[in-house]
Amino acid sequence: MNIDLKNLTITKAHSSFIKGEYTAMDLASAYLEEIKKKDGEVHAYLEVFSDVLDQAKKADEVIKSGKAGLLTGIPISIKDNILIKGRKASAGSKILENYTATYDAIVIEKLKKEGVVFLGRTNMDEFAMGGSTENSAYGPTKNPIDIERVPGGSSGGAVASVASNEALVALGSDTGGSIRQPASFCGLVGLKTTYGMVSRYGLMAMGSSLDQIGPIARTVEDVEILFNAIKGNDLKDATSLKNTDMKNNSDSKKTKKKVGVPYDFLNIDGIDKDVRDSFNESVEKLKKLGHEIVKIELPNLKYSLAVYYVIVPAEVSSNMARYDGMRFGERVSGENGIEDYFLSREKGLGKEVKRRIILGTYVLSAGYYDAYYNKANLVRELIRDDYKKAFEEVDVIITPTAPNVAFKIGEKVNDPLQMYLEDIFTVPINLAGVPAISVPSGFKTIDGKKMPIGLQFIANHSCEEVLFEISKNFLCE
Amino acid sequence: MLDIKDIEKLATLARIKLTDEEKKSLLKEIDPILGYVAQLKEVSGKISDVRNAGEHRNITRSDEKANESGTYTKELVAEMPESEGNYLKVEKIL
Repeated sequence: MNIDLKNLTITKAHSSFIKGEYTAMDLASAYLEEIKKKDGEVHAYLEVFSDVLDQAKKADEVIKSGKAGLLTGIPISIKDNILIKGRKASAGSKILENYTATYDAIVIEKLKKEGVVFLGRTNMDEFAMGGSTENSAYGPTKNPIDIERVPGGSSGGAVASVASNEALVALGSDTGGSIRQPASFCGLVGLKTTYGMVSRYGLMAMGSSLDQIGPIARTVEDVEILFNAIKGNDLKDATSLKNTDMKNNSDSKKTKKKVGVPYDFLNIDGIDKDVRDSFNESVEKLKKLGHEIVKIELPNLKYSLAVYYVIVPAEVSSNMARYDGMRFGERVSGENGIEDYFLSREKGLGKEVKRRIILGTYVLSAGYYDAYYNKANLVRELIRDDYKKAFEEVDVIITPTAPNVAFKIGEKVNDPLQMYLEDIFTVPINLAGVPAISVPSGFKTIDGKKMPIGLQFIANHSCEEVLFEISKNFLCE
Repeated sequence: MLDIKDIEKLATLARIKLTDEEKKSLLKEIDPILGYVAQLKEVSGKISDVRNAGEHRNITRSDEKANESGTYTKELVAEMPESEGNYLKVEKIL
């Protein structure tokens, strides 16, 4: 069975299932074959599930009965911080090496109802802390386009699985760019959803006020299909949006959009020349497509990273408190109960996790709380207000997704601050809670390899539809 | 500027044991990060009062329809590092 995986989409696969051109079993086997061939080198997966073909067989029965939905039999990879009942979930950490999930995340529950085929769990920076997947306790994932480079992160395994045809689509999570930046580094489409749009129940928390689950795929259409399957209000997530707040308030009939460009924010140091040139070409392309380009100002966005690297460690230091070796995960026994904590956390947690816990403990400690945490929350509100004002004038805002193309493995690993600065364009979106999508927009040729560049479209709260429309138009989908 | 004693105190508060090597490297890495986030001190400004959909707020529900006792016990106990019957086993505290 020869299936063209490189150009496959959800709708194409679905139509082939219905027409009987191939079965879900055939497709799952084709992906397992690719995984066998490539994953030794790429290392997108931490585990390929042993029951993939059984799942596909069940999907085939549903297809035969005529009750198949668009996602029935679609092979998908899941980031290792999203729980699937009865399967291991380690979040790329040693402390959860042997942890088995005791319940399904809401997104998984929804996908199970659709009859998808879960291929396996993908590699990630430990507890999603990082931008290169080098912080995984199980070794880095490689960029399938140039294996000497990082795939981005923290959803590096998720993105690499799709980019190397080891999965049709993937679910990742995005706290400060963890879906969009790797999508940009590997030439794919990745969506960070509106905060509260997709339930976080069953997603291991990192920065709870920022985390969102989102889809990764080759096309905007596939991302949209997955988004519609996983979104929705959920009582088990206390920050879930009400259904009335999930309504798209934009004028979706308007095909020509007003596109805001924050030129002042784009003049910061450290943006690669080719990324800037590619961005300018994208602006011209949007003009040619009939969209109106408007210069906008987002004056407080320059503080985004400073705000982010106070709020995230603060939330991390609280969220990581549960990994203490007591009720689940790895326990290292000491002289007494307190020493058990110290030893379990010493052995089970990695360097970046410890760094953020210590930093978070500092910014939340008495005497510093006002100067750091409270101030960061105030500036976060100012950033939110910047977007609010901008969206009174424009339908969508564009920036590059990342200031550089994928860097080499090991290049930034010893300089955490440099690594953090790579998130400059993605972090403000999470602080404001608005949705954003990264789409491939160009290449930079280095060492004979065409490294992808991404363009980020940003819309107002609950206006994902606007993102789908304009990015399909931009990509001529 | 932090010193090694500060790192030790924070590590104790966070219940993490660090080697001397780790303390030194954390100190070296955390100082530039704190230097960078210090730019927040220069910001001042007003916030408009209208809030929209992405705002963080508490959503409460009534405390009812709890699951029946024992529904998840088996799975949860299976994940415990040490257990006895349906109890979690830990070192003596007192």
